[in-house]
Amino acid sequence: MRLLTHNMLSSNIKGVSSGFPLRIEVEKVVEKQVEMNADFLRNMFPKIEWKAFAYAAKALGYSDLPEEADSSQLNSQDFLQKFHHALLELHLEEGVLICPETGRRFPVNRGIPNMLLHEDEV
Amino acid sequence: MEDSTKMDATHHAFNSTQAVGKQVFGKIPGRIAEIHLVSSHPEVYEPCDDSFALVDALLADRTNLLEHRPMLCMEVGCGSGYVITSLALMLGQEANGLYYLATDINPHAARVTTETLEVHGVHAEVISTDIALGLEKRLTGLVDVMVVNPPYVPTPECEVGGAGITSAWAGGENGRSVIDKILPVADSLLSENGWLYMVTVVSNNPSQICAQMWEKGFASRIAVQRSTEEESLHVIKFWRDLDRLAEAKAAAATTRTISSKIIESVLSQFPSSHFGAVTAMTIDDHFKGVYILILNACYGFFKIFLLHLIYLR
Ligand SMILES: C[S@@+](CC[C@H](N)C(=O)[O-])C[C@H]1O[C@@H](n2cnc3c(N)ncnc32)[C@H](O)[C@@H]1O
Repeated sequence: MRLLTHNMLSSNIKGVSSGFPLRIEVEKVVEKQVEMNADFLRNMFPKIEWKAFAYAAKALGYSDLPEEADSSQLNSQDFLQKFHHALLELHLEEGVLICPETGRRFPVNRGIPNMLLHEDEV
Repeated sequence: MEDSTKMDATHHAFNSTQAVGKQVFGKIPGRIAEIHLVSSHPEVYEPCDDSFALVDALLADRTNLLEHRPMLCMEVGCGSGYVITSLALMLGQEANGLYYLATDINPHAARVTTETLEVHGVHAEVISTDIALGLEKRLTGLVDVMVVNPPYVPTPECEVGGAGITSAWAGGENGRSVIDKILPVADSLLSENGWLYMVTVVSNNPSQICAQMWEKGFASRIAVQRSTEEESLHVIKFWRDLDRLAEAKAAAATTRTISSKIIESVLSQFPSSHFGAVTAMTIDDHFKGVYILILNACYGFFKIFLLHLIYLR
């Protein structure tokens, strides 16, 4: 699971109000290089909740992202490179996503988060 | 390997060209997933006629898809991964600015999909979930292309969504249970220019699905039509079209001007299962046609009735 995906996921157990961002417990992280596309990054930037993103990157052991970011930084090659790396090259391979409100644990195995709920949680 | 891939793709392109008439001849389509590389599991749906029809619809529309410049593509119910892998091969990966998501309610399917993607050297983010549960808040309005080959077979309601392979096809009453849950999710997740490609069979009442989507502001057309021994499949493409909504309102006022051609084609297409052969016409035109047909019929009966009155005197 990439951090872009983490940024799009929330816990939606019955009664949970925001459920975002999911906390991360890491067992295994893998890095896979992919070619950068600056347009993609610029278009995606406004959709990203930066605080959650920076938190997730840190959880995966990458702390080069600024705590806050605004669109003017998209002109910096250095910033784009870091943004790209954290957004697309880091994968949570094994671990757990945790609902910030209920503590419900969603396992991530082989990079696949399991968001399925039990009947009494829907 | 490279050659057999090309063969495969060409073969499919040929099929789809047949299916959609004159739409794509001459355009060499991209690669698609190789069937012998698709991973499998006893509880995961193997690529079948419906999967091939969906991929053929995407191949036939590949040029449009590329011009559409989607950023986020998503498959709901990815099964073996055949479709999402083919889409990723067709349109390109991160370097081209594309991001893929795939969900399945069956965790085995999610795993098999990852394997299929991997052997083809492409990536999609796979999530085990019910339709898009967990994504609905943050992914709203971000999906540019959604593809779905849903469980569409009419079955008893209790078979829907269960564990194992049954949930791959079990669609409940008229095969609509899962489809009817997916449609509002598609509406909320699709971006302003979002497109949806979905497989349906005749028992799902595809025209009614189109009418329902029309009310949400989606126009539609049949991208591929296939008849097999057991079923008649349609891959329908839906796209948000706000202009058409306005157009429809305007057209409602002037229904009488609609050409008799449409009525004829409706007449010739609807009684058989071949109404998909008319691909250029959007389905809402069919509806307008039917509507007019009924009006005309009523008018005809009324005339006969009047003549009778006169005659009886
Ligand atoms: C007809 S199969 C299609 C599989 C694959 N996309 C293909 O075309 O070969 C339908 C798939 O949808 C999945 N499915 C059924 N109900 C679902 C739901 N509520 N949410 C997500 N996936 C679902 C099934 O597990 C199955 O893999």
